Amino acid sequence: MALLTETPARTPSAAAGGWANPSVRYAVKRTGAAISTFIFVLIFNFFLFRILPGDPVALYTRGRNVDPESIRALEAKLHRPIGQQFLEYARNPFTGNGPSVKYNQSVWEVIAPALWPTLLLVGTATLIATIIGVWLGIRSGWNRGERFDVISSNTTLVLYSMPEFWFGMIMLIVFAVGIGPIPGMFPTGGLSDPGVDTSTPAGWLNVAWHLFLPVTTLAVIYLAEYSLIMRASIIEERGQDYVQTARAKGLMDKMVRRQHAVPNALLPTMTLVFLNLGFVVGGAITIEYVFSIHGLGSLTVDALQGPDVPLLQALFLLFSGAVIFANLVADLLYGYFDPRVRT
Amino acid sequence: MALLEFDDVSVTYRSRGADIPAVRGVTLNVNAGESLGLAGESGCGKTTLTSTVLRMQPKSAKVTGEIRLNGDNILDMTWGQVRALRWAEASVVFQGAMHALNPVQKIGDQLAEPILLHSKVSKKDADRRVGELLEMVGLPARRADAYPHQLSGGQKQRVMIAMALACDPQLIIADEPTTALDVMVQAQVLNVLQGLVKELNVGMVFISHDLSVLSSTCDRIAVMYAGKIVEQGPAADVFDHPQHPYAGALAGAFPRIGDTRYRYSPSGLPGDPPFPGDLPSGCTFHPRCPVAVERCATTEPSLIQHGSHQTACLLVGSEIA
Ligand SMILES: Nc1ncnc2c1ncn2[C@@H]1O[C@H](COP(=O)(O)OP(=O)(O)OP(=O)(O)O)[C@@H](O)[C@H]1O
Ligand code: SF4
Ligand SMILES: [Mg+2]
Repeated sequence: MALLTETPARTPSAAAGGWANPSVRYAVKRTGAAISTFIFVLIFNFFLFRILPGDPVALYTRGRNVDPESIRALEAKLHRPIGQQFLEYARNPFTGNGPSVKYNQSVWEVIAPALWPTLLLVGTATLIATIIGVWLGIRSGWNRGERFDVISSNTTLVLYSMPEFWFGMIMLIVFAVGIGPIPGMFPTGGLSDPGVDTSTPAGWLNVAWHLFLPVTTLAVIYLAEYSLIMRASIIEERGQDYVQTARAKGLMDKMVRRQHAVPNALLPTMTLVFLNLGFVVGGAITIEYVFSIHGLGSLTVDALQGPDVPLLQALFLLFSGAVIFANLVADLLYGYFDPRVRT
Repeated sequence: MALLEFDDVSVTYRSRGADIPAVRGVTLNVNAGESLGLAGESGCGKTTLTSTVLRMQPKSAKVTGEIRLNGDNILDMTWGQVRALRWAEASVVFQGAMHALNPVQKIGDQLAEPILLHSKVSKKDADRRVGELLEMVGLPARRADAYPHQLSGGQKQRVMIAMALACDPQLIIADEPTTALDVMVQAQVLNVLQGLVKELNVGMVFISHDLSVLSSTCDRIAVMYAGKIVEQGPAADVFDHPQHPYAGALAGAFPRIGDTRYRYSPSGLPGDPPFPGDLPSGCTFHPRCPVAVERCATTEPSLIQHGSHQTACLLVGSEIA
C-alpha cells in the first residue's frame, strides 16, 4: 500500500529543466491539447459540410453560373475517396474546398483583406478596455462602497447591460451624424476615406479617425465586463487571509493591493480577456455592421446569406482556430502566473 | 510596566444596525518573555481582543480602553506609527494559516518582505535571514523557493511561525496555531514554537480552546467567556485547580466549588456560548452553569483576586456556600 501511494520526492535538481520541469511539461501538455483540438475541428469542419443535406455540387456552386466543364471537374473531385479529399483539404484548409461561390475568388483572397480591419478594431478595443477596465475594477473593488465604486460600478453595469447594436447606433448618431449642438465629428463608417493611401502616416491618421468611434464603442462594451469581473475578483481577494497577513506585516495599503491582492485577482480577468479575444475575432459582427467596416464580421454575414459554403467553412475554421489559440495563450499565461496550475 | 497591557478594553462590532459587544472590559497584562494562554470557546472574543494589538480589527469595530505596548497606547497612534509597529514589535501567527500565505508568491519572498520593510538590509542579507528562519523552524533553507501549495499544512504553519519571528518582535500572538493540524503535527509545531519563545525570550499570547495545551505551553492562563476574562492565574493552578465553573469545564475537572456530583468536561457542558449581541443577564454563564444560584441571573460578578487566581464568580472566595 505504501508503495502504491508513494510519490517520488521532488528535489530541486529534478525541477531543473526539460521534461522533468513542471513548467515545461505543463506548456507542452497544453500546446498538445490545443493542437489536437484544432485537428478535431478540422475534421469536424470538413465532414460537417459534407453531411449537409442536398447535392454537394449544388451547395458549392449555389447561385453561380458555372460551365458544365467545371461542374464535371467538381463532381469528379467530390467523388474521390473521402480520405483523399480530407487530406487535400487539411493540406490547405483555406483553398482546398474551392473558391468562394459569391466572390468567385479563392477563399483566402476574400478573407485576407477582411482580416486586418477586424484585428485592428478588436485588438485596439481589447487593449484599451483591458487597461481601463482592470484599473477601474481594482480601484472600485478595493474601496468597495465608496463614492468612486458606486459611480463606477453603476455606470459599468448600465453599459454592460446595454445592447451592442443600440449603443453603437447612439454613438453613430451623436458623434458621427451630429445631434442638436453636437456636430458630427467622426465619419459614419468605413476604415478610411476613398483614395487615401493607408501606408503613409497621413493615411494612418485617417484610419485612426475612422476607427475612433467603433473602437470606443467596442472598448466601452468590453470594458464594462472586464471591470465588473476585476472588481468582483479584487473584492474576493481583499477578504482573503493572506491579504490580512500582508497588512499585519505593516505594508501600506497600496502595497498590499499591488503586491498581494492584484496579482491574485488578475488571474480570472486575464483568462477572460484572452477567451474573449478568441471569440471577438468573429464576434465584432454587430459593431462592424453598424459602422460599415468590412471585416470578418460583415464577411460572415455575407457568407451566411448565400450561403457561400466554401467561404463559411474557411471562416468557421478561422474562428475556431482563434478561440483555440486564445485559449492556449490564456492557459500558458495562467500557468506562468499561477504556480498552482503548473504542478 | 508590562510589555503588553490591555486596560479595560472593549470591542463592539456594528453589524446590520445592531451592536455586538464582542469584548467587554478586559484588563490583562503580558510581561516580556512571558507566555500567556488565552482560552475559551469559539466566539468568546479571543481573536477580537488580540486583533486590537496590531489594530487589525475591522473598520466596523469600535474599540475603547487602552492597549499599551511598551507603555504606548496603540489606539492613539497614527497609521504610520501603527504600520511601523506591525510585525516589527508584535507579530501574529494567524488562525487558519492554511490560507495565510499568498498562493502566487514564493515563501522566501513572503518571509523576506517584512524584513526588507522594517529594517535597512540588503536583499542578500534578507535572503540569508530567511534561510536562518526556515532552519529555526526545522525546514531546509532551500524551501524558500517553494510556493505555499507545495508545502504540507504543518510546514505552512512552520513558515508562519518563521515569518512571525522575522523581525525579532518582542511579542508574538499565536492564534490557534495548531488547530488545523493533525495531532502529531500539532505536537511538533507546538514544540517548535515553545522552544523558540523560550530561546528568544519573546512575549507570547497563545490562543487555544485546549486548556491542557496551554497549561503545558504557557506561564499564565486567562479564560474568556462572552467577551470577559472569567479566570486568570498561573497556568498549572488554573488547569489543576480551576475556580470558575467554566474554567473547570474547560479543564475537564471538577470545579472546586459547589456540588461534587457534577462531573463535566468541555464537551459535556450543556448549551452553546451566548451570542454577544444577545447576552444573558447577570453572570453571562448562568444558563449553562451547573452550580448557578438564584442571584447569578441578576448580579454580574467582577474579577476578584482569590489566592493566586483572579476569578469572576459569585460563589468563589468568601462567598463559597
Ligand atoms: N467582523 C465582525 N463583525 C461582526 N461580528 C463579529 C465580527 N468578527 C467577529 N464577530 C463576532 O464577535 C464574536 C467574537 O469573535 P472572535 O472571532 O473574536 O471569537 P474567537 O474567540 O476568536 O472564536 P474562535 O475560537 O472561533 O476563533 C463572535 O460572536 C463573532 O460572531
Ligand atoms: S456567578 Fe453563578 S452562574 Fe456565574 S459562574 Fe459563578 S456560580 Fe456560575
Ligand atoms: Mg479566533
